[in-house]
Amino acid sequence: MHELSVVSALFSTVLESAGKHQAREITLVKIKVGRLSGVVPELLVSAFDMYKKDTIADQAVLEIDLLPFRVRCRACGVESVLDEFIFACPSCGAADLEILQGTELFLEKIEVEID
Amino acid sequence: MTKKELIVLEDVLGTNKKIAADIRAALGARGILAVNLMSSPGAGKTSLLERIVEGLKPRAHLAVIEGDIETERDAERIRAKGVPAWQITTGGACHLEAKMVGKLLPEIDADIAFLFIENVGNLVCPASYELGEHLRLVLLSAPEGDDKPKKYPKAFTTSDVLVLTKADLFPYLPFDPEKAKSEALELNPRLKVFVTSAVTGEGIEALIDYLLERRGSLTGHA
Repeated sequence: MHELSVVSALFSTVLESAGKHQAREITLVKIKVGRLSGVVPELLVSAFDMYKKDTIADQAVLEIDLLPFRVRCRACGVESVLDEFIFACPSCGAADLEILQGTELFLEKIEVEID
Repeated sequence: MTKKELIVLEDVLGTNKKIAADIRAALGARGILAVNLMSSPGAGKTSLLERIVEGLKPRAHLAVIEGDIETERDAERIRAKGVPAWQITTGGACHLEAKMVGKLLPEIDADIAFLFIENVGNLVCPASYELGEHLRLVLLSAPEGDDKPKKYPKAFTTSDVLVLTKADLFPYLPFDPEKAKSEALELNPRLKVFVTSAVTGEGIEALIDYLLERRGSLTGHA
């Protein structure tokens, strides 16, 4: 369970961005989490709620946009969403796939209150 | 007070990735092939390293970084083979991060050819943290069961090499090495697969030859 480490890294970036804009309060943190990112969204929320105490993000909500595992087959060109981690094109069976989406762990935006 | 939306668009683990990229470039420029070994606790990472070190030491200079939550035990096992080893104790953290490896780099001899980094025993978290390695090895031992690749996909999808360890136990366990191999290849068709035993020495020479070949292509003279 490395969600605490992830949230610690997330907070560094969030607080730095808020600081640059002299924000008084952070109200929302929005992240994108791919299905193959290796983190559990529920645990991210718990870790976030622990971390935000006594910071300007005390009242902030963590919004998570879950991204499916999307690939493009280099053999037949078809784009698919894989539900299981079977690395084969559902259309033609080829294993030569380009990962388009699903490994992200990305801070998209924050919402802040500024004086 | 006014509300403002700040678009950030940053990789949450971007700092780790950047440190890892710098380490990879610095080691590569010195001709050092860095190898990150990942597996569950007890899959045989240190035993495999002991055999690799014995076979590789007469042919190349090497160094080893050992990651564990506590104790100096693994580094001591490697030092007993006459190879410099550094122990990182994370004090609870379930994985190594690039900055921990980066801190040790100034202490590591510049004329080594291989740097092996044994990660904390854990088949989940280490997969999310690049350490600056050129090659990522995942071990799966016979007692763990041949159904593990799909249960812990990220360790297998992000690795370059799969090593099926404890081959000397295959006859005694309901472990099908072909099933383990095909499951892992379904997740990641690029995986290079080796079957080894640290007890009998099976497969160790082939793995060492592969490491030498990879180091050759890193430095441009195979």
